Amino acid sequence: MDVAFTIRRYQPEVREDPYYETFKFEAEPTDRVLDGLNHIKWHMDGTLALRRSCQHGICGSDAMRINGKNGLACKTLLQDVGAEVTIEPLMGFPVLKDLIVDVDPFFEQFKKVKAYLINDGPEPDRERLQSPEEAARYGDTSKCIMCGACTGSCPSFWPGSGFIGPAAVVQAHRFMFDSRDEGNEERAAALDGRDGVWACRTVFNCTKACPVGIQVTRAIGEVKRALTWDGS
Amino acid sequence: MSDGAARERPTFTGPREWVTYRGGLGMLMWGLHRIAGLGILLFLTLHIVDIFLLGFGKDVFNSLIGIYSSPWAHVMDVFLVFGVLFHAINGLRIIVQDFAPRVMLAEHKLVVIELVVLFVIFVPAAWALLAPLFGG
Repeated sequence: MDVAFTIRRYQPEVREDPYYETFKFEAEPTDRVLDGLNHIKWHMDGTLALRRSCQHGICGSDAMRINGKNGLACKTLLQDVGAEVTIEPLMGFPVLKDLIVDVDPFFEQFKKVKAYLINDGPEPDRERLQSPEEAARYGDTSKCIMCGACTGSCPSFWPGSGFIGPAAVVQAHRFMFDSRDEGNEERAAALDGRDGVWACRTVFNCTKACPVGIQVTRAIGEVKRALTWDGS
Repeated sequence: MSDGAARERPTFTGPREWVTYRGGLGMLMWGLHRIAGLGILLFLTLHIVDIFLLGFGKDVFNSLIGIYSSPWAHVMDVFLVFGVLFHAINGLRIIVQDFAPRVMLAEHKLVVIELVVLFVIFVPAAWALLAPLFGG
């Protein structure tokens, strides 16, 4: 099939403003958007800048806006998006070059919610055990690959007013509902405020953008409940 | 690179581009909720203004109140009723979702229920407002 990729370029060393550039080439319907981007970079314009690493939907490097909706370029097939593809960097993130956005502020939010196991109790001799039911409580949010597709789709995040974003709440949820964790009070400082979960307006963009199918809005709702009633 | 330098970099997106995000039904309802909210705010402001005009005498006040009985005011009332009902019922849906996060798995069904409730109340109300215009 003949495809046309219209990409929002930003080359700060050449031009101050972003601009759109269209690349036309032949591709298979079963090719992924990432295959098209690689084709452009390798055969048409080597200056195209994008992130990709594993290219199999695990590392979360190539989240971008594809035809107006966030997704992973390596998990989106051309037959699902059509021959005319518009590709833009994630919204709300500072753009460094072409499709590469600055994820430093994004990862700062993970530190704020202390996305790691907190348990100051006496260390057991063996690993800390939990039942399959207890593990299932946070099973959905443990799938997060930290790609930023959810945070970049959130209207509360776009203005850059400080909302920690859905991805950070998903990470907090993963540990808040872990039976081995005791750090919920420490996390509340970042989560229980106007820049925390309460900035969520249940728009559901995050749930629809998540490339691994996490029920993000529901997870945020569960964190809201936990902060309100200190339970699940 | 330092954090300070990173945060100064532009995102190149603003409200005009935000509305182009293809979020689907959830984003549409979110947008309409805000538009309805602004509409209600406009209506309340109008009321504050007309009560304020009372201070300028009976004639000034009556001339404005007269506008409210015109046919166009009835049509505007229909929009007002729709806006208030939409904002109220959509708000209740959001509250239900926040109280019981598991219902978020059925977002579309909740919106359908919301719209059914909305029109069951809105259609008779709109009829009651518009019937006088057609001699009803």
